[in-house]
Amino acid sequence: MSRQRFSALALLRRGLSGHRGWLPQWRKASPQPAYDAVIVGGGGHGLGAAYYLAKEHGLSRVAVLEKGWIGGGNTGRNTTIIRSNYLFAESAALYDHAVKMWEDLSQVLNYNVMFSPRGVMMLAHTVHDVQVSKRHIHANRCNGVDNEWLEPEEARAFCPPLNISDNIRYPVLGAALQRRGGTARHDAVAWGYARAADALGVDIIENCEVTGMLKDASGAIEALETSRGLIRARKVGVSAAGSTSVVMRLAGVRLPLESYPLQALVSEPVKPIFPCVVMSNTIHAYISQSDKGELVIGAGTDAYTSYTQRGALHINTHTLDAICELFPQFRRLRMLRNWGGVVDVTPDRSPLIAKTPVPGLYVNCGWGTGGFKATPGSAHLFAWTMARDEPHPINAPFTIERFRDGYLIDEAAAAAVAH
Amino acid sequence: MLLIACPYCGERPEIEFAYGGQAHIARPARPAELDDAAWTEFLYMRDNTKGVHAERWRHSHGCGRFFNALRDTTTDRILATYETGKPRPDLGATRELAP
Repeated sequence: MSRQRFSALALLRRGLSGHRGWLPQWRKASPQPAYDAVIVGGGGHGLGAAYYLAKEHGLSRVAVLEKGWIGGGNTGRNTTIIRSNYLFAESAALYDHAVKMWEDLSQVLNYNVMFSPRGVMMLAHTVHDVQVSKRHIHANRCNGVDNEWLEPEEARAFCPPLNISDNIRYPVLGAALQRRGGTARHDAVAWGYARAADALGVDIIENCEVTGMLKDASGAIEALETSRGLIRARKVGVSAAGSTSVVMRLAGVRLPLESYPLQALVSEPVKPIFPCVVMSNTIHAYISQSDKGELVIGAGTDAYTSYTQRGALHINTHTLDAICELFPQFRRLRMLRNWGGVVDVTPDRSPLIAKTPVPGLYVNCGWGTGGFKATPGSAHLFAWTMARDEPHPINAPFTIERFRDGYLIDEAAAAAVAH
Repeated sequence: MLLIACPYCGERPEIEFAYGGQAHIARPARPAELDDAAWTEFLYMRDNTKGVHAERWRHSHGCGRFFNALRDTTTDRILATYETGKPRPDLGATRELAP
């Protein structure tokens, strides 16, 4: 298929001809008997990894296997927040690698992912919050990540809807602002990577569930059994988010993961009112406004592990309590819909982008409640790790063995909440 | 919201309970003899079962006691609850116990 380039001229030309003549953005591929590399999981991380394998590492026969439809998992279910203001040097390097790639991703992919660095403001409500926020700011600056402290008046100037009165249960004592943070259009990330990977010959195979992993006599990965037949590959990368434990068990690999439901919700669309992203870890709510006008709201996971892609209403109620206190003018907004995804959480809340005990089998997982922001960086590093059979320096600390060796990257303790 | 049958208090809403993770993970009897791999398994590795999962709950806003539950993580249906220290009910018996 010839790939149509997007440009203002192309848009104008199609617009004048009634928007007829747009071609499908990628092929509906059927599985070939063998590939150089196979990615299991067709979300943003997996599609991106396939793209970088083909683009930067010259692998010509690459496939992405997706049990459902591409972008139908957590890529299409998150609240699209992008930031890199993590405490530890390893995390700052990892997430900032992604933020830098977000900045020109639309141009690289020739697909508008609508990256909008509108600023991510994280609120402090207690003396402890203030101290932790300032510690993060200093640590971030040491690592070359922008982050700055705002007094309450400055926070309200940056986000006028914010209630900074001192008569609320958790008054705003200040905020940490990362101006390079923001949001992007989540579906477009999956579609943009799918289109760009397809143009390089990557087969994107939907409705294809992996049901078994076969190893050769040496114990290395040799082939995948799938619902659409046997597929041979000497390199297999699993990028299956909440289902990673289930897929990796097929190869006999145990991982330090637990899968939890994470919910989000959106309001009815309103005119532009909310200029940035606001997060509060202490009273636990995140909010931004999509380009469609919906307020996009999220919070923490449900209490128990589950694969159901739904959660309980009291979690959302708790979140909306916080939103209504911080932004009283939203009390009369109606919520349009809510949904859940299944997120894979590690004990230290840092991901795994790593080789596994099985030669030829790689895993990219454990992104927990915050994987979307990392999509381009994660995909780029995972492709590197698979192609060279060794980690890039940025993802070298994010091994499975760090739990055995005691080198945790404990962002769980640093943030004191899921994030 | 789940309706959870505390073995001591009966059915109560989920917000009265705290989740305690995978059940039946015994602290090693001789910790000094464990190697790093065994410690990793004890501290960090979990089954993350897709299906019937034995897990701990604590009735933190009720009697305060820990107990175990069997829950299907593909539907969130709780199939049985039982006292800590009792063996995991087998599935055949579980079906009879289920309401």
